[in-house]
Amino acid sequence: MKSRRRNDHGKGNPVATHEVLHEESPTRASLVYDPRVRSIVFQVLVVVLLVLGVWWIVDNTIANLRRSNISTGFDFLRGRAGFDISDRLIDYSSDSNYGRALIVGILNTLMVAAAGIVAATIIGFLVGVGRLSNNWLIRKIATVYVEVFRNIPPLLVILFWYQGVLALLPAVRDSYTLPFGSFLNVRGFYFPRFVWGEGAWLVLAGLVVGIALSIFVASRARARQMATGQQFPVFLTSLGLIVGLPLLGFLLAGLPLTLEYPQKGAFNLNGGINVKPEFLSLFLALSFYTASFIAEIVRAGIMGVSRGQSEAAAALGLRSGPALRLVIIPQALRIIIPPLTSQYLNLTKNSSLAVAIGYPDLYAVGGTILNQTGQAIEVVVVFMVVYLSISILTSLFMNWFNTKMALKER
Amino acid sequence: MKHVAIGILAGAVGLAASAASADTLDNVKSKGFVQCGVNTGLAGFSAPNNQGEWTGLDADFCRAVAAAVFGDGTKVKFTGLSAKDRFTALQSGEIDILSRNTTWTINRDTALGLNFAGVTYYDGQGFMINSKKVPGVNSALQLSGAAICVQAGTTTELNLADYFKANNLQYNPVVFEKFEEANAAYDAGRCDAYTTDQSGLYAVRLQMSSPDDHVVLPEIISKEPLGPSVRQGDDKWFDIVKWTYYALLNTEEAGITQANVEEMKKSTNPDIKRLLGVEAETKIGTDLGLSNDWVVNIVKATGNYGEIFERNVGTGSPLKISRGINALWTKGGLQYGMPIR
Amino acid sequence: MSDHDISFVRTEMAQAEPAPRNQVGLAGWARRNLFSTPLNTVMTAVALIAIAWFVPRMLNWLLFDAVWSGENRTACLTVEQGGQLPAGWSGACWPFVISRFGYFMFGRYPIDERWRVILCGLIFVALLVPLLIPRVPFKRLNAILFFGVFPFVAFFLLVGGAFGLRYVETSLWGGLMVTLVLSYVGIVVSLPLGILLALGRRSRMPIVKLLSVIFIETVRGVPLVTVLFMAAFMLPLFVPPGMTFDKLLRALVGVSLFASAYMAEVIRGGLQAIPRGQYEGADSLGLGYWQKMGLIVMPQALKLVIPGIVNSFISLFKDTTLVLIISMFDLLGVVKQSISGDPTWATPQTAKTGYIFAALIFWVFCFGMSRYSQYMERRLDTGYRR
Repeated sequence: MKSRRRNDHGKGNPVATHEVLHEESPTRASLVYDPRVRSIVFQVLVVVLLVLGVWWIVDNTIANLRRSNISTGFDFLRGRAGFDISDRLIDYSSDSNYGRALIVGILNTLMVAAAGIVAATIIGFLVGVGRLSNNWLIRKIATVYVEVFRNIPPLLVILFWYQGVLALLPAVRDSYTLPFGSFLNVRGFYFPRFVWGEGAWLVLAGLVVGIALSIFVASRARARQMATGQQFPVFLTSLGLIVGLPLLGFLLAGLPLTLEYPQKGAFNLNGGINVKPEFLSLFLALSFYTASFIAEIVRAGIMGVSRGQSEAAAALGLRSGPALRLVIIPQALRIIIPPLTSQYLNLTKNSSLAVAIGYPDLYAVGGTILNQTGQAIEVVVVFMVVYLSISILTSLFMNWFNTKMALKER
Repeated sequence: MKHVAIGILAGAVGLAASAASADTLDNVKSKGFVQCGVNTGLAGFSAPNNQGEWTGLDADFCRAVAAAVFGDGTKVKFTGLSAKDRFTALQSGEIDILSRNTTWTINRDTALGLNFAGVTYYDGQGFMINSKKVPGVNSALQLSGAAICVQAGTTTELNLADYFKANNLQYNPVVFEKFEEANAAYDAGRCDAYTTDQSGLYAVRLQMSSPDDHVVLPEIISKEPLGPSVRQGDDKWFDIVKWTYYALLNTEEAGITQANVEEMKKSTNPDIKRLLGVEAETKIGTDLGLSNDWVVNIVKATGNYGEIFERNVGTGSPLKISRGINALWTKGGLQYGMPIR
Repeated sequence: MSDHDISFVRTEMAQAEPAPRNQVGLAGWARRNLFSTPLNTVMTAVALIAIAWFVPRMLNWLLFDAVWSGENRTACLTVEQGGQLPAGWSGACWPFVISRFGYFMFGRYPIDERWRVILCGLIFVALLVPLLIPRVPFKRLNAILFFGVFPFVAFFLLVGGAFGLRYVETSLWGGLMVTLVLSYVGIVVSLPLGILLALGRRSRMPIVKLLSVIFIETVRGVPLVTVLFMAAFMLPLFVPPGMTFDKLLRALVGVSLFASAYMAEVIRGGLQAIPRGQYEGADSLGLGYWQKMGLIVMPQALKLVIPGIVNSFISLFKDTTLVLIISMFDLLGVVKQSISGDPTWATPQTAKTGYIFAALIFWVFCFGMSRYSQYMERRLDTGYRR
């Protein structure tokens, strides 16, 4: 391998042949050896090849499209879609246009990604801390979890949940009845919907005021602690404010809340909120799969905080709770956040596996549109733009969070 | 390592890529077989049997085209396609004919750049329900609020939306990428009803774990003329596929079968002589770019249209579908072969 | 008040008492590791209950209640479903896997020709195992055989059409062999391509750098499904009419390009970790760019990122399952097809059984790779560990 590399040097360099031509003139020869000249020549070559390649591709594509009579451009997005989508967060019917269908798909992608990120983070942190627990049993269980899920393809986990577990749930008539008027059957998970009545704004107002007051209390408490060293139970106060005020508003407005329970209809349960098995299996699979990676990141992060830090915290008289909250976790987060970001991005990208089980995410809806309109290039451009934007936005947010968390050197 | 990798790639590309002209017939002749896009598994139309051979009406149509071109019905290779893949596969030249229970619509003829060569099966979309799981349903109009399994990217999906909209009914579409997935989900009870072309419903019913529980509802909600299609812009190849279809119909009309085709060559009937290319100085076959005995080859390979139908979907097959509107025009059906003269 | 008042002084050391009974042995271990605090005790109890609930159920389903022989689906159906098993039975349906085993391994590869695949697999193992064991000599020859000669041997063995071997078109390939072919080619192509891209990204030439960055970030920003989709449906649009590529080849291109972008980032991490002095030292020796990289920088950088590279391989191996979305039949693809497309074995337990079987195979491969990477990490650890 090493000797081959040396040959590469002679053969692979496009300028090397010129060397022979200009052997007699030493000044020219040295120009050939000038790295700047070489790099310019090389780059010009790369650009020329690239332009030629792109031109060839574009030329072929245009010819191919013309041959099969396919028009180009994004006008098709205004055409009537004609197909229905069952999971939708915004109004959509078969009369809506393709553009709206795509938006429904994008929102579905975002919803499953967001839900998955939250769940995966919670499970991942629990398992990651579990792997460092001083309880042997918990440690082993967490290890088994990580090793099992990390080494199985996510698509397989999705299909397992969908065809292996959720498809075996009972039919609608024999639904499992769960607490709080929820049901579980082969059509998914049903739970009551909150229907807010008149005066519900008081609850919202209570919540807003509660949050505002909590922020105010927190800043005052910090100022007082800085000045006098006295502590104030900020957490309990905030909790009281944020829960108590909306509750007060709720009572004052005369309990303006009714629950819409799922009822048995002719075929399905009607009313309430239905989480379909397609969403459920995608969500469960993505969360469990990604959580195994997050657990490892969390473990590495906590282990990355040097032992001296916790010893110093103990020496200062901090009990284990505050030591964890004030010393260990802030430092561990700095190690955890960058790899966590890429796991979040992976989860978002993996949500495109939805197509295998028929959850109408961006990729599935786009595929149907492509099939009806034949606009392959435009649809792929939409895919690329959307996924890249999601990636960039997530990265930006996590970078912002990272700088906020970063060690402030004083 | 780099060199090796490039070497492998180059070798693989060299072996796999076949550059050819835009002329499909020349291309087909030079590679020695017809590449035919079929359904991945729709009993009666195209499905691999236990030996891995493709059987069915759509598959046999491709054999007929291969017989017309090469005089040998086995010179055909099949590509199983999902509803979503099929048009791209044809547009890109991956396949030469798309014979995959595809509905002829104006949108596909114009915007997707296809040319439909005829209608090998007149169909209509229907619904099937499991009478054990949803008793008392005997009309599609009772399906309000039902979850309905359907395959993505089909006219079926669109008709379904239109039908429920027109009748002001609610429904939950459960959309699958592949035919088999939709079947499996329906069988598992994920949906109350299953919708596809009626012929497909009979085929799907056979694959259910308890076929007798399933009932096909009487409503037909759309026209689904299914036929083979080719790329636009190659009239010669289009003609061959189109006239293969008409040859199948005309031979049935003339009573020429797989069994009696050699005898029929001796017939004195000028129509039959012309059809079988035994008329003196005939140019019908060569004008198509084929040999003059192309019709003989077709019938020898697959039989006439009636034989193909009976064998794959008709009363002699597990599907047991009667000819109905797919009978010849002389018997009150819609199949009408243009005159070969 | 004299010296004699001292009644007694021991002349020998007292025998050390054994540690308290509850500090040593099993009890001590349990006390330390399971019941050290009340919270720990509660957690142990919860974990024990969970295990007691889960493990017997799992073993029953997998082994004790499972069906092991049968001809078709009736073997795995309960009375109410039309079989013989007692009502409420639930267990694995292994005859499904047993009867389909050949299909899971080789797809629709002709049965008479399957010895070729097996032979190919044996050569693969015979070359790979000595390459992985550090003590075995002739590493260079072995590597050349594995990366340079084996691909050609495998190509002719699997595809055929020469040396009297029957031609087997790739549309007949399937199952585990496709998974392995995709992974092997992906690995062999993505490593050198990734090195080139990583060098490009760290290059001082602005255009090369820009192009590398664009490629890497674009590919990393989109799902593999999109890349495969492009390879499957867009590639034919980009080439002149009539020029077609094999479907497997298109998937290979998609998977390899995708993997090389990730590989590039792993290797870039290694390159960044090499101290500047190494570059400057190479420059001062008068080495050219490729000599500097090939002889000084790359060997150190690659060694640093071996765990990362193996992790990329594991991801690649898992990602090959995505080809089922473009209608190709890798291991997961054939399992899924057998589950939903074949009424012979349609039972409520089939799906679970099939996926657990596939999961087991994937798990063995991935776990093996990750263990090997940990082993190499320890072996190459040069003592920076805290």
